[in-house]
Order: sequence, then structure tokens, then C-alpha cells
Amino acid sequence: MRTALDAIVAIFQGLATTFSFFFKKKPTIPYPTIKKQHAPRFHGLHELRRYDDGKERCIGCELCQIACPANAITVIGAENTPTDRRSPGERYAARYEIDELRCIFCGLCEEACPTDAIVLTPRFEMSDYRRGSFVYAKDRLLVPREAEVGSAPDERPNGIPSDLGAVAAQKSTVDVQRGYGATWRGELLKTDRKGLAG
Amino acid sequence: MSVPLWLIVLIKSAIVLFIVITTFAYAMLFERKVLGWMQLRPGPNRVGPWGMLQPAADAAKMLFKEDLTPQTADPFIYRIAPFIALATAMGTFAIIPFSETSAGVWSVSDVNAGILFLFALTSIGVYGISLAGWSSGSKFPLLGSIRATAQMISYELSMTMSVVGVLILAGTTSLVGIVHAQDRLWFVIPQLVGFAIYLMTAVAETNRAPFDLVEAETELVGGFHTEYSGLRFGLFFIAEYLNMITVSCIGTLLFLGGWNALFGLSFIPGIVWFLIKVGFFLFVYIWLRATLPRFRYDRLMAFGWKVLLPVATLNLLLTAAVVSVMR
Repeated sequence: MRTALDAIVAIFQGLATTFSFFFKKKPTIPYPTIKKQHAPRFHGLHELRRYDDGKERCIGCELCQIACPANAITVIGAENTPTDRRSPGERYAARYEIDELRCIFCGLCEEACPTDAIVLTPRFEMSDYRRGSFVYAKDRLLVPREAEVGSAPDERPNGIPSDLGAVAAQKSTVDVQRGYGATWRGELLKTDRKGLAG
Repeated sequence: MSVPLWLIVLIKSAIVLFIVITTFAYAMLFERKVLGWMQLRPGPNRVGPWGMLQPAADAAKMLFKEDLTPQTADPFIYRIAPFIALATAMGTFAIIPFSETSAGVWSVSDVNAGILFLFALTSIGVYGISLAGWSSGSKFPLLGSIRATAQMISYELSMTMSVVGVLILAGTTSLVGIVHAQDRLWFVIPQLVGFAIYLMTAVAETNRAPFDLVEAETELVGGFHTEYSGLRFGLFFIAEYLNMITVSCIGTLLFLGGWNALFGLSFIPGIVWFLIKVGFFLFVYIWLRATLPRFRYDRLMAFGWKVLLPVATLNLLLTAAVVSVMR
């Protein structure tokens, strides 16, 4: 009898719980329209940067390829010639490919890079229909020449959409300014730090 | 020139069916919304404002799905089973009175033994489910249909017992008569035990959580409708929700005073009161589903036979004794 009574009480407690949930604010973020604010050091899609004068930072040293734990990066360097100078150093990356399906977004390439050429942006919306399309070559990784140095990746005209449209006011562990420019990589982007070859 | 009776009935039926099917569509949306809110989700909100077009999207999806018949199935019974389920579910609305004005009762027809007809029809509805599972020629549906038969028969007994208490108090089996008998006092107060039993058995009778053993996804895949797809599955789906609405209507008529107003607020039309009460029942259904986990099968049967039936019988005996003394 006692247990039966307890069971009935438990049922009503359960009903009270679900009823209180009915009126609670829902934590869901309606994703495509509103996006969650990412952490300031979020590791997303890569980007190859340029110097002020439009020269590529990458000197084709392949250190990122060696550092990459997932073997996602392929760099094939080539010599700069006086008529065709791509980078300030001796060499430049003739081919630079990152397989974003292999990449584990650890950021070791960024740390290995002597010229701060490769950086991870907070862009994360890369979905596509074919596996091949996830191999990002220089045409998609390199900052377009017409883009201003120091411009945040979501302001650039190369077609990659902004991932910081409407940002959900989520309670975050770190209260930071919104947008890419406020992030650590955004700061890096603004400083025109001279690399080894610079 | 007088309009022939069959034409009046036909038009009334068409109107009622239209309203009932629309109610079904939005009861489904209502359920998904309420379930979502109770589980801290927003529920469907992509199709139209607040997901209002979700039922239309679901219907379109259902229509274009392939209609499969398993090789081992008995084709004739397999095909006819959804229609049995749906036809009986729809048939109940022929005699449910929705409201009453000075012009008359709002129902397709006013049967003087209405409650008996209702229970007869809902009992036939079991055939749809059991035949569907049996004729599918597959293991899980068969288990589901066995459960359906056992569960629905055992719970129908207690349900009828709980309703007989109301019939004794009202002294009539006509649904309109029962509502009129509750003009002063709703039967939920003298028949509180009966009401509780009715609520529980109604959930079991319509195969809803926590008594949805018949279609238990986790153990029986989809139960009796595992093999059904497309529109045939849709018919079962409609039937389930119509049954839900039917038992809500019966509960309203028998225990909550039908279209009688509360607190003398009689300026609000009876149909509104009726809808509010039915909505309350539907909400309780969804609320229970959001809260309680599924019963174990043997416990379900034990609960039905060893608890509900004795309590319902006692309640019936007590009611009969009190009424005979009072007279």
C-alpha cells in the first residue's frame, strides 16, 4: 500500500516537472538563422594570408606539412624568379592543398608556420556533396588579392559566407567582443608582423 | 419543399468529417509542439509561422510515399485493415453531440442508446489493429496485434465499468440525456474514481503512452503497423488520433458536463465549452506521454485485471447502492 501510494505521488511529481518545463525558456538556437557565438580561439577553416604589398606570406617551406598530425596538408614549393615573384622569400608554394576531411583542426600548422602564413579562421560551414570538394587548394585558401590586409574573413568578397550573422546571446564562459576582428586571430590579422623572409 | 433526411445527414456528416480531420491535423501539430515544449525543445517551427503548415507537409509526404505490401502478407486483409480502423474511428463522430442550442442538438444523429453504440464502434476498432498485425506476415506486427487484442479487451472491461457508474447516475444511455443530467453537478465530482479509471483506461484503449505497448518502438519496431507505409500508415495514424479525440469527447460528455458552462459563464456558447474540455483531455494525453515511461507488458495486464477492474467494480457497486438508497 505504501509503495503504491509512493508510486502515485511519483507520477504527480513527474507531471509537475514536465508541466514546469512547458513554460521554461527553450535553450535551442534555431541554427541557420541564428548562430552560436564561438570561442575566441575557435579553430575553423584555414586561410593563407598575404603581405600588405599583395605578396604571399607562404614561402613553401613545408613545415606545416611536417607538423600536421593528420597528414592533411600537401605543399609543393617552387623557386621565385625575378620576373615572377610570388613571395618575399626564395620559394613559394606552387601547390598548397588541405584536405579538410582529414584535418582535425588542431592548429599545429599555424604554430609551425614561420611567416604566419597559414591561420585558422572561425568559419566552420564547409558542407558539400562530394568528397573531392573538401580538398581546398590555393584558389580557396588564399586571401584574394583585392581584399584589404587585416580584413576579417567574413568581410571578404571571395564568396565564403559570414558565419557570424545573427549571433545567439548565449551565456559564454568568456565574455568577449563579437565578431572575428575581436578574436585572437583577428588581432594577428591586423598586425603586419614580418616573418622570417620579410 | 422539404429536404430529404438522407441529404441532411450527408451534409452534416461532411461538415463533421471535415472539422474532425482538420482537428486531427492540428491535434498532431499540437502534440508535437506540447511534447517539444515539455522536453525543452521548440517543436516544429520550420514550415510556416509556428509550424502551422506542418500537417500539410506531413500529408504531402505521406501521399507520395511508396505503398508496400510484404510478400508474406495476406493482401486482402492487409489492405482492408486500415480502413476498418479508420472507418470505426470516424463512425463514432456520427452520434457525438457537440453542443445544443434552442434549434436543437448539434450532432449528425441523436441515438437514444448512444453510449452503447460508441463502445460497440470503438471495440470494432480493435479489429483493424489486430488484423493489420496478423495479416502483415511478419513477427513484430504479430506480437503487436496479440498485445492489442489482450490489452484492449482487458482495459475495455474496466472502462465500461467506470462508465456504467455514470449511466446509473444519469438514468439514461442517451448522450444528450447524460449531459442534461449534469446541468447542476458534473459527474466528475460524484464519480471521481470512475473518472480516474476512465482516464487511465482511455489511454490504454487508444494505445497511447504510457500504455502504447501495441506499437512500442523500442521492442516491436512499430508494432502492428511496422509493415505499413505511405497512405495506409497514414490511415492508422489518423485513426489513432481520431480515437484520441473520440475518447476525449466521451470523457467530456460523461464526466465534464459536455457543453455545460462552468461557473455560470453561460454567455460563452456551449460549443466553445465543449472544445475547451476536449482540448483539456487532449492536453492531459500529451502531458502523460511526455512524462511517463512505457509500462512493462505483464505489469500492464496485472494493473488492468488486478487493480483497475476490482476498483471499477467496487465503484460501480457503491454507486448503485447509493443511488438505490437515495431514491
